[in-house]
Amino acid sequence: MTALPATAPSAVVPSGPRPKRVAASRIVLYGILLVAALYYLLPLYVMVTTSLKGLPEIRLGNIFAPPLEVTFEPWVKAWTSACTGLTCKGLSPGFWNSVKITIPSTVLSVLIAAVNGYALVNWRFRGSEFFFTALIFGSFIPYQVMVYPLVLVTASLGIFGTLQAVILIHTIFGMPILTLLFRNYFASLPPELFKAARVDGAGFWRIFFQIMLPMSLPILAVAIILQVTGIWNDFLFGVIFAGTQNYPMTVQLNNIVNSTQGVREYNVNMAATILTGLVPLAVYFVSGRLFVRGIAAGAVKG
Amino acid sequence: MAETSIDAAAAPPPSRFLYNLFRRNLSAKVAATPMVATVLVVFVGCTLWTVYYSFTNSRALPTGDFVGFAQYERLFAARRWNVSVRNLLLFGVLSLVLSMTIGFLLAVLMDQKIRLENTLRTIFLYPFALSAIVTGLVWQWIMNPTLGLQTTLRNLGWESFTFDWITNTDMVIYALVIADLWHKTGFVTVLMLAGLRSIDDEIWKAARVDGIPTWRTYLSIVLPMMRGVIITTLVIVGSAIVRLYDLVVALTDGGPGIASEVPAKYVINYMFSGGNLGQALAGSTIMLAAVLVFLIPWAIIEFRPKKER
Repeated sequence: MTALPATAPSAVVPSGPRPKRVAASRIVLYGILLVAALYYLLPLYVMVTTSLKGLPEIRLGNIFAPPLEVTFEPWVKAWTSACTGLTCKGLSPGFWNSVKITIPSTVLSVLIAAVNGYALVNWRFRGSEFFFTALIFGSFIPYQVMVYPLVLVTASLGIFGTLQAVILIHTIFGMPILTLLFRNYFASLPPELFKAARVDGAGFWRIFFQIMLPMSLPILAVAIILQVTGIWNDFLFGVIFAGTQNYPMTVQLNNIVNSTQGVREYNVNMAATILTGLVPLAVYFVSGRLFVRGIAAGAVKG
Repeated sequence: MAETSIDAAAAPPPSRFLYNLFRRNLSAKVAATPMVATVLVVFVGCTLWTVYYSFTNSRALPTGDFVGFAQYERLFAARRWNVSVRNLLLFGVLSLVLSMTIGFLLAVLMDQKIRLENTLRTIFLYPFALSAIVTGLVWQWIMNPTLGLQTTLRNLGWESFTFDWITNTDMVIYALVIADLWHKTGFVTVLMLAGLRSIDDEIWKAARVDGIPTWRTYLSIVLPMMRGVIITTLVIVGSAIVRLYDLVVALTDGGPGIASEVPAKYVINYMFSGGNLGQALAGSTIMLAAVLVFLIPWAIIEFRPKKER
């Protein structure tokens, strides 16, 4: 709005000769945005080009140069044979571990939060609002504060160092934001819907499964996106609770790149880095607006 | 299965209190059990456990020997902890101020009815979809002094160009800030943009009729109206800063030496490999206190008794 003279209606579709005075500040505006966009895109470009170069080419010392000879060897090595410290099987075991962690954690945490949000809106009981507020506040406690007692808890349950432990931990720490999301969504639905079902004699679970759940598909999608990217990107819980055999992809990636033995293969490192980022990136690019809605809903309404 | 809360009064209960506590609205209570358990066991229980054991001399395993503030005295005398705290303060101030300022400015620029808005937003936000580990490793490579940006620009003819921040004790913390800003500024931008969009067009019209310059409208009218979004963003960004861990592990692993250590890393290291649990727990209690400094004012503002709710 800065650039527009008062007479011009919002200049969305420019027509006719370009007005010169407007152009000057517009150029500055687009110039700044372009520079910012370049800053954001540059690392992605460097990642991709580095991963497609051979080591000798990398040693020439120009990270911006496009690859002279495109090679996919680094990608193959990153996936199948790069060393993570203990073994040299590449990132693929980490990928599957991450899948095994992400899917159950997402399903479990989203289901619990959906039922919980529904109960909080439509079946309030004494103390429900209190516990909800406490849940939201609890989400700000640094994980480092709760991690050690949780190690003891999972150990006494006999699941420390297993996939179940990480899944449990992700379910716990996903609860605040997801419950908030579902609670706000269910609160925005017309209450008549619930009342009508009650009058017809439907109970708690029936209303949930037959009316609320089918109506909550948009927010379900947001919650799933939020959880899949969040859990996939987790490092701390994976490294503490999963046990060496079950390290998720982020942990294995860090081990590959930051292991100190041997020649540093920057192209393999970058290929591994992209591979690890691929799942959340795919989710992000496919879901687009829903992702934005997810983070905005979590933050703005909170 | 079908539970009722309506006919609760119909049945003459032997003990109304017990009935209300357990039976009434039972399904909802079952549904809320994970929430209640999380609050009581994890958020309250585990936190109290940590605070309690930070006053003991626990080493490899938690023990009950109470030693008062000894762990805290040692903590504040430890060079590594002090470096960590100083790093986090510097990082936190820079990261908070820069991400909020740049995020807001980018949002204002994107609010000028520009073309390609969706494309730009996609570009600004994609790093936020990536993990901090990925972010750290990419920037580690770009800032690599022997083969990264420094060498590239030198080879292109800028002989004196120096960008060795990740191996430079005095500059490494700024390297962390650069990577961190790349990761999260887009997130701030998106939130700010949502805040800007929530402001009524009438306000803009009124300001224009009154002849208030645009920058002035932003500063004196729009910004105060966005208070809610700004405070929420501050709380989210602020509490994330206290937790800073993954990015450091990936980018520098605390190095060179201990030049980029942070409290969260101090805590995790002592907890799982240092064999000094008491120190770790004292450190994490201090982290908790730091978060409360952000949280309590926000809670007071947010949950001031309004009407209803």
